[in-house]
Amino acid sequence: MKKVLFFIPFIALVILGSFFYFNLDRHDDQMPSALLGKSVPSFTLVNLKTNDIITQKDLPQGPYLINVWGTWCPACAQEHEYLMELSAKGINIIGIDYKDEMKPALDWLAERGNPYSKVIFDEMGRLGVDLGVTGAPETFVVNSKGVIVQRHQGVVNEAVWQSLKSYMNE
Amino acid sequence: MALWLRAVFVWFAFLSGINSGMALADSIREFETPSQKVRYEQLIQSLRCPKCQNQSLADSDSAIATDLRDQVYRMITSNKSNTDIEDYMVARYGEFVLYKPVFESHTFFLWAAPLLFLSVGAIVFILVLRAQRKITETEF
Repeated sequence: MKKVLFFIPFIALVILGSFFYFNLDRHDDQMPSALLGKSVPSFTLVNLKTNDIITQKDLPQGPYLINVWGTWCPACAQEHEYLMELSAKGINIIGIDYKDEMKPALDWLAERGNPYSKVIFDEMGRLGVDLGVTGAPETFVVNSKGVIVQRHQGVVNEAVWQSLKSYMNE
Repeated sequence: MALWLRAVFVWFAFLSGINSGMALADSIREFETPSQKVRYEQLIQSLRCPKCQNQSLADSDSAIATDLRDQVYRMITSNKSNTDIEDYMVARYGEFVLYKPVFESHTFFLWAAPLLFLSVGAIVFILVLRAQRKITETEF
């Protein structure tokens, strides 16, 4: 019995050591959003397409997706085709053109098609900061009550959509 | 050495001293009081960059870190307190942006763990010491 007790520090060391070792390569690229359970922050920006003022009151009744993109973002180009598919399926997607310029953004939508029901032009990235965005692309799921229920950082594809879909009806 | 050549050398030495555009951009920030400047420096070192983890806002050159440094600057110059600024960041990026975690019920173990481990160690140390003493007492 006594001998077993002496091995406790060693066992603890092995457990801790392996825990640290296996977490070395772990990178949390999917951080939980601080906005989960909160409503979409208020904003007063410009609608990219119509150049009119757009505020949080112009957002749809939901459920819908908010997709943060920019023409400077290569992964956004990769994701675009799939967003077009989602939009064709009848999913309501609000775009936030994040830290972008108007002309290239409009060209982008003209060339690749427009999956968004509305595009909010967030030139300075202030709405992005209010949403806790760290880059693009990022996608938020907003439920029918206007509450953010999920956030995905990175490209949305079929696999990601399968998991996001379940939040749409929350 | 020609004077102009020397000037070029000095200029290059100066440029190499500035490690990035970030330092250059931040050095031109103007504050109303020295205390604002000190607070700015402290805050951007105590806030984590949400994109490039394990770098502070001060260390990181990423676009989001630049934006957040601008935001810290704006809030300081509009007389917001450090708590206001930290609350602002936490509301958007979560408690994870604070290098120093808050002391609340859910972080209790995090803060108490060192003390807990220390006391366990101390107890074991005393027990071993007593056991040793008993052995020596019986031997002699």
